[in-house]
Amino acid sequence: MSSLPLQIAQALLLVLLAPVAAGFVASVKARLQNRHGPGLLQPWRNLAKLFAKQVVLAENASWIFRFAPYVVFTATVMAASCVPALLVDTPLSLTADVIALVSLLALARFFLALAGMDIGTAFGGMGASREMTFSALAEPALLMSVFVLSLGAHSTNLTTMIQHTLNTPIMLQPSLAFALAAMLMIALAENGRIPVDNPTTHLELTMVHEAMILEYSGRHLALMEWASMIKLTLFATLIIDLFMPWGMVAGPDAAGLLLALVAWVLKIFGLLLALSLAETYLAKLRLFEVPEFLSMAFVIAFLGLLSHYMLEVNA
Amino acid sequence: MLRMLRQIVRIGTITERLATSDAYERLGRELEDAVKKRFAGSLAIRQVDAGSCNGCELEIHAANNPYYDIERFGVHFTASPRFADMLLVTGPVSVNMKTALEMTYEATPDPKLVVAVGDCAEHCGVFGRENYAIAGCVSDIIPVDVVVHGCPPTPSDIIRGILAAIDRMP
Repeated sequence: MSSLPLQIAQALLLVLLAPVAAGFVASVKARLQNRHGPGLLQPWRNLAKLFAKQVVLAENASWIFRFAPYVVFTATVMAASCVPALLVDTPLSLTADVIALVSLLALARFFLALAGMDIGTAFGGMGASREMTFSALAEPALLMSVFVLSLGAHSTNLTTMIQHTLNTPIMLQPSLAFALAAMLMIALAENGRIPVDNPTTHLELTMVHEAMILEYSGRHLALMEWASMIKLTLFATLIIDLFMPWGMVAGPDAAGLLLALVAWVLKIFGLLLALSLAETYLAKLRLFEVPEFLSMAFVIAFLGLLSHYMLEVNA
Repeated sequence: MLRMLRQIVRIGTITERLATSDAYERLGRELEDAVKKRFAGSLAIRQVDAGSCNGCELEIHAANNPYYDIERFGVHFTASPRFADMLLVTGPVSVNMKTALEMTYEATPDPKLVVAVGDCAEHCGVFGRENYAIAGCVSDIIPVDVVVHGCPPTPSDIIRGILAAIDRMP
């Protein structure tokens, strides 16, 4: 087996598993509220229905509004295919490093914000301005957190970073703990989860991500929602890649791949279980406290960087 | 946090049979089948309060609670009419909400259904049609598929109304 079909299969797996992962979070949260919940496949059913629905466009929607769902979805899928999930060494992850990954996500977010403003409603513009405010703080913190690991691996390439983690003996590294803490905080913010944003809110005034897609319908909405589900799985995979890649295989052999698949799925669902617990226990932050939350993530990542130099270089 | 988690585990799932009969469960299965057949297993509802006293809202909200748990039948409530397959309209339509209701109807993508919930939505109820603040009942403003009687109707009544609306689809 060559690695190109595997690369495509891996990206497809991530894209197709993303709605199930979102359904898992919803189901666990429903269980924690002492009810049955809609089941794992409900997001898939929602998407299937939306693809068959009519698209209603607002009167003053320009081409940007119609174009944005395709850009957002494509950019997110491209970002998802750059992240190694099973195989350490994939063709695409060698061409795109973490900075390219972050910029693909930034491209998706840029078009999302444009689409939010394009329609001219109050909530779209409000959501776009909030999203951009948060992302201006979240992106540097995300990169800073990744750079802590890059310092050890001497590369921003995910494959090299994973190989470095796999080849070094397991030991407690304070810098990694800082980087992980920062990364988890940023993953919450980037995916619009509690405490930064509430994905299930119906209250327009508290919305961030939802406010930008309020005017979408039919297949456009389906693509937007699917993209945000993919992003959630993508971040979970990124955290796994950077901090706990054990189980991933270097070469394409069937048994190893199966084991890697099982390990990946278990780790993804473990992280999502933690997310559901956090979302059940935490309350949403006040909007003006979110910048403080994100600055704290940046400071924590920076402390990770410092502790790497102080404690781990030449140690 | 651990105390809360223990409490959650101790209580367990409390979505339970509502009465001695399993009428609600059977109704729910029927709804689930209808939603599966007509809406690929996912029915999105936008609730519109056109001027109600909030009694109907309480009952609609009760359909989401752990006892009724309408979400398990594939029905969920959305934040925007553009995401919706069905509008649940409550209350007599007040003059100030008339345009908003018309715009909401226009914004909902086809195929769409409208269920008027409660006596006020049907014939303006206690507010009366001759009221200076009221533009009319829901069917005066937008086409209505099904009316749910009651002041307020119970969650089971509302679910029966939703089911009737889906069954009326061509």
